[in-house]
Amino acid sequence: MNTLLDVLTGVCLVVGAMMSLAAAIGLLRFPDLMSRMHAATKPQVLGLLLMLAAVGLQMRSWALLPLLLVAWLFQLLTVPVSAHMVGRAGYRTKHRRPEMLSVDELDDVVAAVVEGESPDS
Amino acid sequence: MNIVVMVVAVLLSLAALGTIYRIAKGPSLLDRVIAADVLLAIFGAALATEMALNQHLGNMALLVVLTVIGFVGSVTVARFAVHRKEDG
Repeated sequence: MNTLLDVLTGVCLVVGAMMSLAAAIGLLRFPDLMSRMHAATKPQVLGLLLMLAAVGLQMRSWALLPLLLVAWLFQLLTVPVSAHMVGRAGYRTKHRRPEMLSVDELDDVVAAVVEGESPDS
Repeated sequence: MNIVVMVVAVLLSLAALGTIYRIAKGPSLLDRVIAADVLLAIFGAALATEMALNQHLGNMALLVVLTVIGFVGSVTVARFAVHRKEDG
């Protein structure tokens, strides 16, 4: 049983570390801000989940589960908010590269709003 | 378990090197913000690894604090990101 838990822990740790490496490679190789944001979420959510699972497996205690879940849920709640803010700032400051997008639905909305407002102002 | 430590240490070090290179190189402020966020996530992973290996929970508060720092930092910087001509 101990060996099995240790092996599971090792797998969780190594895969979690690989998530971090994948994010770093994505940051280095991806061409624009939006795709780099996509790469950045891997260690923040799945990587942290695997690492906390490894902690739980090594401590061998069910009473620890709520604490680990709270730590993970906290990350899960804050990461989308900050990613939204960064993405919004990126869109507004022309960090997007329209030639690399297949669909830009926000562009249509912005254009419609600008057309609607122009007669008044 | 020692092999796991070595592998994880190498993987995390390479990941940290990559993110630090992205922070240094840019090209824009928001790229650096994202890379700094990833660097914080890597620190968190290192803290969790240390907890799992030495079987204690001392770093749990640090993990949560890292989350808060990443959140406040990136939201604040994103709020004040402005369009500059040289960014294109």
